[in-house]
Amino acid sequence: MTTLIIDILLWGSLIGVGFVAWRQDRTVLTVALRNGGMDFINVVPRIALGVIGSGFIAAIIPSSIIVGGLGPDTGWLGVAMSVLAGAATPGGPVVGFSIGAVALKSGAGTPQVVAYVVAWALFAFQRVILWEIPFMPARFVWFRCAVSVPVPFLAAAVAMITGKP
Amino acid sequence: MSVPDAKTEPAEERDDVEAGPPRKGKPFGWSTFIIAVLVAVSAALVWRRDGFDAVWAILFHDVSLFGEIMPRVLAGCLLGGLIAAVLPHDKVSKSLGPDSGLKGLLIGTAFGAILPGGPFTAYPVASALLAVGADFGATIAMVVSWTMIGYGRAVAWEMPIMGPDFTLWRILISLPMPVLAGAFGRFVYIRVRHRFGL
Repeated sequence: MTTLIIDILLWGSLIGVGFVAWRQDRTVLTVALRNGGMDFINVVPRIALGVIGSGFIAAIIPSSIIVGGLGPDTGWLGVAMSVLAGAATPGGPVVGFSIGAVALKSGAGTPQVVAYVVAWALFAFQRVILWEIPFMPARFVWFRCAVSVPVPFLAAAVAMITGKP
Repeated sequence: MSVPDAKTEPAEERDDVEAGPPRKGKPFGWSTFIIAVLVAVSAALVWRRDGFDAVWAILFHDVSLFGEIMPRVLAGCLLGGLIAAVLPHDKVSKSLGPDSGLKGLLIGTAFGAILPGGPFTAYPVASALLAVGADFGATIAMVVSWTMIGYGRAVAWEMPIMGPDFTLWRILISLPMPVLAGAFGRFVYIRVRHRFGL
């Protein structure tokens, strides 16, 4: 259901922006679509490798290794380990959030889980290499990851201070 | 906007800011090679541990997943191409460029939060913004906002798996982060860009 809504929004905005381009100038539309199509052709081999290969990477990294250090009394060391674990987690959103949910249920501290989920969202290595670098200039991607490093620590600090979630 | 503008302006801008390396990697660059090796080793380990059937099951699952997301990747690439063509270069540089201040970071954040779709939309669109004059700071705010407060992943995956309580608090905590990351990025960028050839 949600994927259907996301698909509708995605194709809807594509048609909307396409209409704006068509109103400006029809050649703008064709040039833009051709450039987008070329990007697609360039990116497909890498996406194929990533998506088709990620299942194997996920299968050999056991989640117990990843959530091992997220206990409630681990403090800032636990937060740091969560950040590393988030960056090292392979696979798609199901894997990342499931590990977070398992960690919460098995008694991990919430600041550590917040740090894990945020770090995973920001710089899970597999997504960075397979999705972000194919689409964007590599120098931007590495810079973006480097300046995002404090963010999961900040999020964990806010979670510690507020006692939420 | 005339056609030559739409096509050449971003390209010229790219050549100005960047000496040498291509804007996007080749279809098979070094990162693809590393991943290919990683995938091959992982597949071999799965095969040794669980046998051929397990390898086949994972492969079948991932190939069908790939078939499912391909149309969305195409939509994302086309959206990126269209946004790069439609957005006026001068206005983007003004409202998302290096001198756009807090407002530029907030616009980037809002844009990332409302952008529909997954990585197949966010990264092509962010790349398009960079090409038409947004600076690193505003683009970082956009990408971080998409990852941390974008509704797509939160509604589709985080809510069902982590529960609404955790998800809503996590998003609330995340609200200021895109602006902070973007501001920090801008602060660092102007100090290191010459040293690292960024």
